[in-house]
Amino acid sequence: MAFVDLRAVSLTYRLGKDTTHALADATLSIERGEFVAVVGPSGCGKSTIMKLVTGLLPPSGGEIHVRGARVERPIKGVGMAFQNPTLMPWRTTLDNILLPMEVVEPHKRRFRSHRAEYEARAMKLLQTVGLTDFAKRYPWQLSGGMQQRSNLCRALIHEPELLMLDEPFGALDAFTREELWGVMQALWLEKRFTTVLVTHDLREAVYLADTVHVMSRRPGRIVLTRKIDLPRPRTLASTFEPRFVDIVHELRERIHQEHAA
Amino acid sequence: MSADLRREILRLAMPWIAVAVLLGLWELACTAFDLPEILLPRPSKVFIVFVQRFDILIEFCLQTLWTTVIGFLLAIAGGLLLGLAIGASPFVYSGLYPLLIAFNAVPKVALVPILMIWVGVGATPAVVTAFVISFFPIVVNVATGLATIEPEMRDVLRSLGASNAEILTKVGIPRAMPYLFASLKVAITLAFIGSVISETVGGNRGIGFLMLSAGARNDTPTTFAGLFAIAIMGVAMYALCALVEKRMTRWAFRGQIVS
Repeated sequence: MAFVDLRAVSLTYRLGKDTTHALADATLSIERGEFVAVVGPSGCGKSTIMKLVTGLLPPSGGEIHVRGARVERPIKGVGMAFQNPTLMPWRTTLDNILLPMEVVEPHKRRFRSHRAEYEARAMKLLQTVGLTDFAKRYPWQLSGGMQQRSNLCRALIHEPELLMLDEPFGALDAFTREELWGVMQALWLEKRFTTVLVTHDLREAVYLADTVHVMSRRPGRIVLTRKIDLPRPRTLASTFEPRFVDIVHELRERIHQEHAA
Repeated sequence: MSADLRREILRLAMPWIAVAVLLGLWELACTAFDLPEILLPRPSKVFIVFVQRFDILIEFCLQTLWTTVIGFLLAIAGGLLLGLAIGASPFVYSGLYPLLIAFNAVPKVALVPILMIWVGVGATPAVVTAFVISFFPIVVNVATGLATIEPEMRDVLRSLGASNAEILTKVGIPRAMPYLFASLKVAITLAFIGSVISETVGGNRGIGFLMLSAGARNDTPTTFAGLFAIAIMGVAMYALCALVEKRMTRWAFRGQIVS
């Protein structure tokens, strides 16, 4: 069985008499160490998949397995980053990044006695995203791009087996976004954590992912699975190469069909 | 002197100017309409009485101050605990919220005679009245602070494997702090109202009792001196709460720190 395995997963929200079919029959599997992107028209239930995989929402039908075990409650130790950085304004950037260490076993027990060691680890991570000088600043003293970098660091500090990214670069300007693709790729190449990236930016999906899953309109199903066999590390220059552009066009074509249907 | 500095000085002077203008108009009106002192004493007369009877005023003021502060501290402790419980648990919320609103709707002045039957006259009814009147805004604010945690923040912590208790201590309580401190400014002024009401309705101590007995002797200037004393204490305690608020939750005033 794959590291993450979704079989015929569906989700129906009920609000009073209204029922919304957010997800119908989603089937996909993710190998350990794979970088997967999920793209699709807006409102197709991309974010719902993230919540289902991490167990934050129970599915209405089908089965979800992670590490071979069925997901029935929130699974532990997952790294998560959203479009909104959700950093805590009362903590410095460094303390924000150390948050998972205070919660995730086995770090939780060692945190107080080995604080210096963990701080060094956080500083190393901050260095790779170019934020060394901002460790003691508060999140609201940072720019949007810096906040999002810190957010990534917080999702990665405990070296999660599973990283869930929900449009983490969505609110950033184009230059910062493309720069962070590079940062993200470098971090992934070093540690190879299993990653699920939800995005509506097709270039972002093709740049970062090994496999791109295209979802249909609501209720969402997986309608196309595309392996991205471009060599790594990919650069901004590679986004202008014909092969890259062709893949983006192919994905865009499929999503257009969804909009037209 | 630079324009910025002048603006800053003017900004700091404005409250004093406003008070001076108000008192000046009052003084003028009393003289112009020749109002008898028993109806409305001139501020200058009130000030003279204030100075002459300063020793008595300060004695009664201190009695009121400490009953108010004790009631207020109890309200912080109780309000914080209940606010956290209500904000953290939907069950506690649905169970207690209607009750709290009903309780808050009861005029506290109606409680004082009952309290006096239970505990007699003295400091206790004033402390209890200050407590019950300043309790409500603290509970509501703390609960609001907890209830408005961003869902994403909660999701990040839950997917890390945090327990509900951890979510409460890592996010809930720090986030509720600015709400708590904001409510303290409201609560302290309410606490003064509570203790003075109690002293006025039936007490044998405190500034409320002093004003009541002065009123009974038609000594209107002393009554007004008492009013002024309450106002001064109220402003002082408010300022203290505002200072504590700024110290404790600097991050909530982010704009002012960056500049």
